[in-house]
Amino acid sequence: MREVAVSLLRDAVRDLCLEANVVIPDDTLQALERALIEETSLRGRSILEEILANDRRARECRLPACQDTGLAIVFLELGQDVSLVGGDLCQAINEGVRQGYRRGYLRNSVSVDPLRRANSGDNTPAVLHLEVIPGDSLRLVLLPKGGGAENASALSMLTPASGWEGVRRFVLEQVCRVGPSACPPLVLGVGVGGSFGSCALLAKKALLRPLGRSHPDPQVAAWEDELKTAVNNLGIGPMGLGGHTTALSVAIEVAPCHIASLPVAVNLNCHSHRHRSVTL
Amino acid sequence: MKAFSLHTPLAESDLLPLQAGDQVLLTGRLYTARDTVHQRLAALLAKGLSPPFPLEGSVLYYCGPSPAPPGRVIGSAGPTTAGRMDPYTPALLAAGVRATIGKGPRSPAVHQAMAQYRAIYLAATGGTGALLAQTITEVLLVAYPELGPEAIYRLQVVDFPAIVAIDLAGRDLYREVRQLTVCGGTGC
Repeated sequence: MREVAVSLLRDAVRDLCLEANVVIPDDTLQALERALIEETSLRGRSILEEILANDRRARECRLPACQDTGLAIVFLELGQDVSLVGGDLCQAINEGVRQGYRRGYLRNSVSVDPLRRANSGDNTPAVLHLEVIPGDSLRLVLLPKGGGAENASALSMLTPASGWEGVRRFVLEQVCRVGPSACPPLVLGVGVGGSFGSCALLAKKALLRPLGRSHPDPQVAAWEDELKTAVNNLGIGPMGLGGHTTALSVAIEVAPCHIASLPVAVNLNCHSHRHRSVTL
Repeated sequence: MKAFSLHTPLAESDLLPLQAGDQVLLTGRLYTARDTVHQRLAALLAKGLSPPFPLEGSVLYYCGPSPAPPGRVIGSAGPTTAGRMDPYTPALLAAGVRATIGKGPRSPAVHQAMAQYRAIYLAATGGTGALLAQTITEVLLVAYPELGPEAIYRLQVVDFPAIVAIDLAGRDLYREVRQLTVCGGTGC
């Protein structure tokens, strides 16, 4: 049994908050640079240039790339041979978020009550997704998730007869309906299968796949390509003001589901595609 | 693409030459207002009470900035989605707001109110708050400090860049783009 102090997780979460909000990952910057080469809309090109200039300035000046530094979504892969000691895991993670958001001058964007609306004042609580894995390692991923793109996400309980065509239509209709408000060029995470709850989580996990890496199943990879092409042919473009760069990436994750069901969820992320991970 | 310089407060005559798609550079004062501030301002106006800043000729910026690090006046300060303010916007336009800045399309009701009260809607580039912050020279807390990032701040800006999304003639860049898209064609 490996003993790990929860204070180690607290510090790791704090550091992830500080870095993830300031440094747009290299794969996202590369995808934006490629889009700039391929985009033919003048307005679209000018917006992509602004985005790249912003992301460079954020890195250089240690400023948040976007003022919406998001809800802190934390994925923890916890080895089953790890014993967590020295306190409460959830409290440690929230303390890491609290410290990170304060030290980094990051925006507090959590409403403690969904209907009565008061800011929690320290960006807690985080949303924690815990997965137990074999072995004695720990991996933390932070996905600061902005409200605009999260609001544009959706789930539908299709039935088996809908098939891939139904999944495809659902995603395209959702991007058409609310994509322009979600700060395109987008990163699309699509979950297919699972249950009402796990399907949404699949879509969120799909956002964490490195951009440009296809699903290992060749059929799913082909669907990803097909969907990305279809989304980029919509014409929505950067910031919804026209062009061919509507999605930088489409990642689909699939999971077994009930024989009567075909759940599909699409989680949108904006071009400010912030995430960072660490293995302890 | 033409670029126009605008100075606040804005009069209708300042807006007449502007067409959807034009680039503008704003200098003067912008007032930040998000969801809760809109609820509160609309409630004040409905009761006949005065708002905490002069609305006549004003420019509202849908923005909740990140806190100012030491040595800076503000953190990151880009636009948020305008559509969330739509339910309250007609009342604010009726009270004199002359321009709003945000991102994303507006509702038909806002469109109509903009034509009626002679106001425009400007789109700033979402997710470029680190860049846009460079145009902000001074920040003053105006009202509702308890709302934190959602309070009303008066931002002094120099050459803040935006695109005219809806002009005085009612031309709407988002609608025009949508009509050209596959989305517009299939009605989805």
